[in-house]
Amino acid sequence: MEAFTTHTGRAVPLRRSNVDTDQIIPAHWLKKVTRDGFEDGLFEAWRKDPEFVLNQEAYKGATVLVAGPDFGTGSSREHAVWALQNYGFKAVISSRFADIFRGNSLKNGLLTVVLPQETVDRLQQLVEADPTAEVTVDLVDRQVRAEAPGQSKLTADFELDENARWRLLEGLDDISLTLREESSIVDYEANRPSFKPRTIEV
Amino acid sequence: MGRTLAEKVWDDHVVRRAEGEPDLLFIDLHLLHEVTSPQAFDGLRKAGRQVRRTDLTIATEDHNTPTLDIDKPIADPVSRTQLETLRKNCAEFGVRLHPLGDVEQGVVHVVGPQLGLTQPGTTVVCGDSHTSTHGAFGALAFGIGTSQVEHVLATQTLPLAPFKTMAITVEGELPDGVTAKDLILAIIAKIGTGGGQGYVLEYRGSAIEKLSMEARMTICNMSIEAGARAGMIAPDQTTFDYLQGRDHAPKGEDWDAAVAYWKTLRTDDDAVFDAEVVIDAATLAPFVTWGTNPGQGAPLSARVPDPASYEDASERLAAEKALEYMGLTAGQPLREINVDTVFVGSCTNGRIEDLRSAASILEGRKVADGVRMLVVPGSVRVSLEAVAEGLDKVFTAAGAEWRHAGCSMCLGMNPDQLAPGERSASTSNRNFEGRQGKGGRTHLVSPQVAAATAVLGHLASPADLSDTDVATPAGV
Ligand code: SF4
Repeated sequence: MEAFTTHTGRAVPLRRSNVDTDQIIPAHWLKKVTRDGFEDGLFEAWRKDPEFVLNQEAYKGATVLVAGPDFGTGSSREHAVWALQNYGFKAVISSRFADIFRGNSLKNGLLTVVLPQETVDRLQQLVEADPTAEVTVDLVDRQVRAEAPGQSKLTADFELDENARWRLLEGLDDISLTLREESSIVDYEANRPSFKPRTIEV
Repeated sequence: MGRTLAEKVWDDHVVRRAEGEPDLLFIDLHLLHEVTSPQAFDGLRKAGRQVRRTDLTIATEDHNTPTLDIDKPIADPVSRTQLETLRKNCAEFGVRLHPLGDVEQGVVHVVGPQLGLTQPGTTVVCGDSHTSTHGAFGALAFGIGTSQVEHVLATQTLPLAPFKTMAITVEGELPDGVTAKDLILAIIAKIGTGGGQGYVLEYRGSAIEKLSMEARMTICNMSIEAGARAGMIAPDQTTFDYLQGRDHAPKGEDWDAAVAYWKTLRTDDDAVFDAEVVIDAATLAPFVTWGTNPGQGAPLSARVPDPASYEDASERLAAEKALEYMGLTAGQPLREINVDTVFVGSCTNGRIEDLRSAASILEGRKVADGVRMLVVPGSVRVSLEAVAEGLDKVFTAAGAEWRHAGCSMCLGMNPDQLAPGERSASTSNRNFEGRQGKGGRTHLVSPQVAAATAVLGHLASPADLSDTDVATPAGV
């Protein structure tokens, strides 16, 4: 996984709540067997509308998504995270993420930042007023900063549990970390009751 | 202090615990399907890793599989490639697979329980959010992403952050015609699609204890639609009776040891939940959704709500967008909504009891003109059982289509889809925009409501059917 320390880029406001993963990447895209090439499927249905925010010239090339509450609900498809990343997003900000989506994003180095809804509202207003505003998502200081000429500067601290933060900052791969605990796994396995189910005899 | 059911199962699976780190949990059962596994197997291959416990892993084909002409090659080349990729991966890594055409094939969450692999007190994962279904057995079961699928394949464990616990207590008797599906839709409407976030829900109380295993699976299945990590129901005699004699249920002394352990899997009297919700079963009625998330539902007797009635701005906006997408107007009685398609199936309501209850309503009746009804059993076993009982004949005589097992129109990855603007009453679990086909409009319902809706052509419950809806026998 690529490490994430800090990122600065323009942001796009997505004023919708309950954006489910079927909207982020529709099911017919899930037939692919790779982790890349999902960028055209991102928000596919909404992108047919020329007015949709991602289609607006001013937000082309934005790398931070500022979304409504309950982002990423529904299906566990990690393809939703890949699609956001393939499109160019480095971070998503919302007041609330669905658990599975959040877990998936952090495992892929897409930073999901939780901020209070009023801060998200302010941030959306700021980038709506000035789409060229630069937004910084700083994982080292756990802070989001945004600035635009003529607007008051926005600074907001966010929380992320220390362990998840460390793995992101270092770009660590979970499997290698777990494999260091091989002896604990072997011990656990040796003590499992015999009545536990097995799918095949080995 | 006492522990809840979920905490007991969690504690029994901790491989390693260290301050400031997530617990490393052992996984007892890993279910795979074709959609969320290819990139995980690829990862293993690249790192030169093996599947650590093939004896705790099983795969089935369900999402892409056609429900017609299953003996012919799959028409869609991309779907075909995905299924072939699963076959190749399972062969290479030694994983048991039930492919299309196999007698144990079916929707992954129907297959696990019917084989007896899903057992109380186990941890069950799958790259699929509806893994919560298996919690009906008192298992801690949750959906994971593809990176975690790879992690479990390689290590049979997962590092997991702690969860909170919520009790959902349902006391009393469900009124006639009110099913597990109505109950869970009402619960989600009450707590919201984010209401369960971070929680493992435990459904308890006298109304839950009276439910069959299949009804319990319907409830736990939709826990994810409330945003919950998992849903659970304490195992009891109903659970043990369901499991006994199944292929992978423990046998002989193992059975006795297992039951003794399973009986300890109850929330202690002095355990404290982080949150509690209490529901009076007697107040419930058949429930349907009107919007584009499973929390946007109401009793069938209600009207489409007015977005202006929502105090919360984002809920109001969500309701406005939902009505626009669904082509509905505020104040319209839900009962007057006409449908084009009725879908009975999915891991929520594609088991034998669901088919029986839909068939009992259709018996001697006809699907309304202009309505297409698809009945898709959740697995081949369910299908065989239904055929043995003659249910397929009931469906086809009524004018419904009897199909082969799979996910089908629950998500429309195969050819079973709604056309743009088409409206369905569906026994599945998600009414998201485009879920059943681009531009399709979905109303989530119980199998009974689905059947009554098929007969009348508009959202309806069995109570709306009169005897005159019964087809008159020929010659009378
Ligand atoms: S039936 Fe529907 S919800 Fe269940 S596993 Fe298949 S696609 Fe997912």
